[in-house]
Amino acid sequence: MDNSFLKDKALAIRESTIRTIGNFGSGHIGGAMSIIEMLTFLYYEEMNLSKKDDRDRFICSKGHAGPAVYAVLADKGYFPKEWLSTLNQGGTNLPSHCDMRKTPGIDFTAGSLGQGLSAAVGIALGQRLKNYTNSYTYAVIGDGESQEGEIWEAAESASSWKLNNLIVFTDRNGQQLDGYTKEIINMDGLEKRWEGFNWFVQTINGHNFDELRNAIKKAKNQKEKPSMIIMNTIKSKGFIPGERIVANHSMTFDLNVAEKAIEELERRERI
Amino acid sequence: MTDTSSLTNMKDAVMAAIIDLGKEHDDVVMLDSDLASCLGSNAFKEKFPNRFFNCGIAEANMIGVGAGLSSMGFTPFAHTFGCFASRRDYDQMFISIGYAGQTLHLIGTDPGVTAQYNGGTHMPFEDIALMRQIPGLTIVEPSDAESCYDLIKQIYDTKRPSYIRVNRKGIEHRYKRGEAVLGKGIVLNEGKDLTIVATGALLVSKAVEAIQILKSKGIDATLIDLHTIRPLDTGLIEKYATKTKKVLVLENGRYCGGIGEMIAGYLTQRIDVRMSFINVGEQFGEVGNIDYLCNTFGFTVDNIVSKAIALIK
Repeated sequence: MDNSFLKDKALAIRESTIRTIGNFGSGHIGGAMSIIEMLTFLYYEEMNLSKKDDRDRFICSKGHAGPAVYAVLADKGYFPKEWLSTLNQGGTNLPSHCDMRKTPGIDFTAGSLGQGLSAAVGIALGQRLKNYTNSYTYAVIGDGESQEGEIWEAAESASSWKLNNLIVFTDRNGQQLDGYTKEIINMDGLEKRWEGFNWFVQTINGHNFDELRNAIKKAKNQKEKPSMIIMNTIKSKGFIPGERIVANHSMTFDLNVAEKAIEELERRERI
Repeated sequence: MTDTSSLTNMKDAVMAAIIDLGKEHDDVVMLDSDLASCLGSNAFKEKFPNRFFNCGIAEANMIGVGAGLSSMGFTPFAHTFGCFASRRDYDQMFISIGYAGQTLHLIGTDPGVTAQYNGGTHMPFEDIALMRQIPGLTIVEPSDAESCYDLIKQIYDTKRPSYIRVNRKGIEHRYKRGEAVLGKGIVLNEGKDLTIVATGALLVSKAVEAIQILKSKGIDATLIDLHTIRPLDTGLIEKYATKTKKVLVLENGRYCGGIGEMIAGYLTQRIDVRMSFINVGEQFGEVGNIDYLCNTFGFTVDNIVSKAIALIK
């Protein structure tokens, strides 16, 4: 895929995510918007999803980014786009946090932070056991989520088992529910921490497709370690009302605000 | 089909069943958490080196890894001591296994006071109460080698998650192979005066002794080995509770949320019944040999006899 296709697609996914949350009236907009280039790159260029079993997998361990994942899955045809307007309504198949039992295309349930990465380790191990030698397990965790001890339990197991088919992204947007991560529990030096756990570590701009492409290529080219790609990102990237404030983890806004935000985003993207 | 009649420790019956399952089914994998030599799960590693994973001292991650393996079509058996199996990795069992619809069979060893010299930190008194909160999860505590083997083999076929509460050391050979059926309690003795419900090797053995003494005093007790704690065998419990009107529940753990409370909660909706309970009450565990601990927590034949006599008066 060329970057202009990906850029257009990312804009469409952003707009769909803003509308989905605006239609419901509130939601985890910040951490959904910060991973949209990564999701777009994985689902529209990188991942092989053609087979039922021997295929790539994606686990959104920061499960509250569900609405962004749903925007992609709806566009890819996993379920009707009309479902997006049912987010968080009683009986919906699209709950706020990713749920493999409800939503076609979700590879693992998340919502209790830290758990998705352990499951991703198990899935990568399962791919190896089944001899799916060309398949990869991708996962995304948050920098705030990395305060969970389970992340580091998963980290040590993945490197001990040399799971080079596991490629994990950290969405380092520098913020968590209560504010800036550095003012709550400082997560500085993530690169050294992951290197210390014997992972293959790269740092990129998480909104740049060339950097995403190169990092994944390098991750696949080394055969010894699981990969950590630390993405510097902007929380609420593209939902401009959220970009301006710290309290953008979960925001309340209606469809009118959503449409105005989408207009504002399109004006900015066209420049 | 391993012959279990000459085994000398319960852990060997556990591993015989899992290894036989491993031979029969390629999807069976085994996870341990630096307690492989305690259970003997390294025997699984010897047979199936690619299907065994020692997850180290990281029980929460072990459950999560098992959940991921389950989503890839594997059936993991995972082991840690019962205290860690319940308290340490509860959220992972709840969310990544139960809520996510995955299958993992969690073996929690050293139930209740059988943790002995590891003491209070290692005594799960509340594991049954915790595991009962996970919808769809089966709970068993076998009382002998043969039922242990049979129940684990049957649990595999359920394709649903389970908690297998089992002691590692010592063994009983009480049943014939094939006698234990998952979900169906075993009536070890029929009597008209009261019903005693017991679970696990320690308390079933004490109860067997107690009913002989009661018999010598002219009291006929029914004894049920409730090897499957969940789903509760309501039909069997109600049948004998209706006949005897008196039910004594022995529990190597805490009343709150446990077997006694579960049975009381069921029976009081259905029949008039008088109940009594032997359990650890509000105490934490402590170190000691099994005799000391049984004396401390009331798990003695004498206490069972006196509670039974008090109940029928």
